[in-house]
Amino acid sequence: MKNSRFIRNIMLGMENLWLHKLRSALTMLGMVFGVGSVVAMLSVGEGAGKQAMQEIAKLGSHNIIVSSVKSVEEESATGGQTRISMYGLTYDDHKRMQESFPALREIAPVKLIRKEARLGDRMMELRVVGTTDAWFRLVPRTVLAGRTLRREDETEVRPVAVLTEFGARKLLATRNTLGQIVRIGSDAFEVVGIVRNESGQTGTMQIPDQDVDAYIPLSVARQYFGDHFVRRSAGATIRERVELHQIIAQADDMDHVEPTANAIEHMLRRFHKNEDYRISVPLALLRQAEATKRTFNIVLGSIAGISLLVGGIGIMNIMLASVTERTREIGIRRAIGAKRRQIIHQFLIETIVLSTLGGLIGIGLGVLTPLAITWFSGMPTVLTPLGILLPLAISLIVGIVFGLYPAANAARVDPIIALRHE
Amino acid sequence: MTAQDNTIVQLDRAVKTYAMGLQKVHALNDVSLDIKSGSFWAVMGSSGSGKSTLLNIVGCLDRLSSGAYLVEGQNVAGLDDNALSDRRLRQIGFIFQSFNLIPQLTVQRNIELPLYYLGWDAERSRERGRELARKVGLEDRLNHRPSELSGGQMQRVAIARALANDPRLLLADEPTGNLDSATGEQIMRLLRDLHGEGKTIVMVTHESHVAAYAQNRLHMKDGRIDRIESS
Ligand SMILES: Nc1ncnc2c1ncn2[C@@H]1O[C@H](COP(=O)(O)OP(=O)(O)OP(=O)(O)O)[C@@H](O)[C@H]1O
Ligand SMILES: [Mg+2]
Repeated sequence: MKNSRFIRNIMLGMENLWLHKLRSALTMLGMVFGVGSVVAMLSVGEGAGKQAMQEIAKLGSHNIIVSSVKSVEEESATGGQTRISMYGLTYDDHKRMQESFPALREIAPVKLIRKEARLGDRMMELRVVGTTDAWFRLVPRTVLAGRTLRREDETEVRPVAVLTEFGARKLLATRNTLGQIVRIGSDAFEVVGIVRNESGQTGTMQIPDQDVDAYIPLSVARQYFGDHFVRRSAGATIRERVELHQIIAQADDMDHVEPTANAIEHMLRRFHKNEDYRISVPLALLRQAEATKRTFNIVLGSIAGISLLVGGIGIMNIMLASVTERTREIGIRRAIGAKRRQIIHQFLIETIVLSTLGGLIGIGLGVLTPLAITWFSGMPTVLTPLGILLPLAISLIVGIVFGLYPAANAARVDPIIALRHE
Repeated sequence: MTAQDNTIVQLDRAVKTYAMGLQKVHALNDVSLDIKSGSFWAVMGSSGSGKSTLLNIVGCLDRLSSGAYLVEGQNVAGLDDNALSDRRLRQIGFIFQSFNLIPQLTVQRNIELPLYYLGWDAERSRERGRELARKVGLEDRLNHRPSELSGGQMQRVAIARALANDPRLLLADEPTGNLDSATGEQIMRLLRDLHGEGKTIVMVTHESHVAAYAQNRLHMKDGRIDRIESS
């Protein structure tokens, strides 16, 4: 009963607004565009944020990635043809990290090697990672066939290789995959498994195995290929000695990630003369991305707030005019026995209907806009329930807030005076 | 005071003053009056004599400056705005010179208006609205807007609306003032019939042939009762 009366009041409000279609529509426009832009901007922001988060999540939120870089000093040193440039992480760094950081659950050393590989009469350059079994616990990869590296592969220096899809496609093509013998450099490796690889990049940080073709045990890489590399670039031959290209570590707890990263940096600074390493923490990036998103949302919220404020003022303005225009009607209703409260309700409901209707249309517009953006530009957008409900709630609140004053004005109308003026 | 329960309206030394700047206007000045239930009164007098003010007081639209006003034995002088609204809603029907229909509502909806505030459901209200329209001879105009009606028809709609809450007291401020004499006669016959059905009617008018329909004619002068004629 009470419910049906509520619905009836809303219907009456709508009827009244319908009497002034054009005016009501124009009044609503402020809300339509205000709410529409909020919904659209929220979903674009959410989409961009989510994409960034996903990219970062691929890097592992618990991970600390330490990479070897050629220090500035080393880069500028000119030692002629014969000079060997030495830099980067060492096997000792790896050992020290294992020994001194209990918060690290897994530590995977990485050695990057480019070698000519051969399978039958096929020849190609292969991008090889020398690492341990820890890698596969640290950077989980879907195993497509066979297995990944094992502890014994490392300790017993077994010449086995786990190929990535890239590598497998390059090398094996149509052949039967597992059990094949591949020659890497001059040594024979047995293919024991194939894994899927992820690709992706977040700012300067790359997925560790972005362009990897094969994984082999670190001990094998070290024994077979050594630590010296020869690179040819721009006609010059560059000789380098690098023990480890990367050490990827995983903390046991999110809270330990950043303190541990700092401690590692501290330790490395002690043992390295030059700054020939770089520490990246995906979590820090994640935090940064979140902070950026928060800032974005605040800016967005302010813009939206202002536009909704403008919309609300527009509605209030029209409702005030409407009250003046309908003074006589109010007088008639009061003379018949309507209480002040009922007059307030009538006008408040009209304002709320106006603003909420505007809000609903705005949501419709705001949902279509990101869909169109995604359709035309491929930019990801995400509609969250909050991104829809929040603007709707706001439009309701705007209706109440900006409707109260005109409604109170309406209730103040003196029926005797209202009925006297023609 | 013998028939207390038979008195529907009782004014005792009623005073209504309006402040006009420093000047005070006594729109009602020491008016004492008993109106018996079921009687038909015409209030007459020159412009500004306080007729409308009297009607507004009796109709609970306005409050006295001093004095007592009792409706069916109950003093309403001290009631607040809400309570007065409730009196109007439940006990009083108003008819105005300029009809005062709500232009954007249909005849049906205008008649139903008091029922909405009485909390009637839509179905029952519609039924009652049709019934009242039939009573005033406008059942074929239910879906028209006031602007599509003649003056007499509009006043009949207003009367139907005034009857919706089945009030004991009908108040009419110059109900024929905006109508030609033939149409005015029609409206007066309708009021006479309602009086015949037991309604108490208080009507303000300037015209003696209209006042002739009433049993009691109250003449106002400068906010006071000049004389009362009964027939
Ligand atoms: N709201 C008001 N403020 C000030 N003075 C008022 C107010 N209402 C009425 N008056 C004054 O009170 C006196 C009585 O007014 P009222 O409207 O009762 O006269 P009336 O007899 O109905 O006149 P008419 O025949 O012209 O309708 C008038 O002098 C009028 O100016
Ligand atoms: Mg008057």
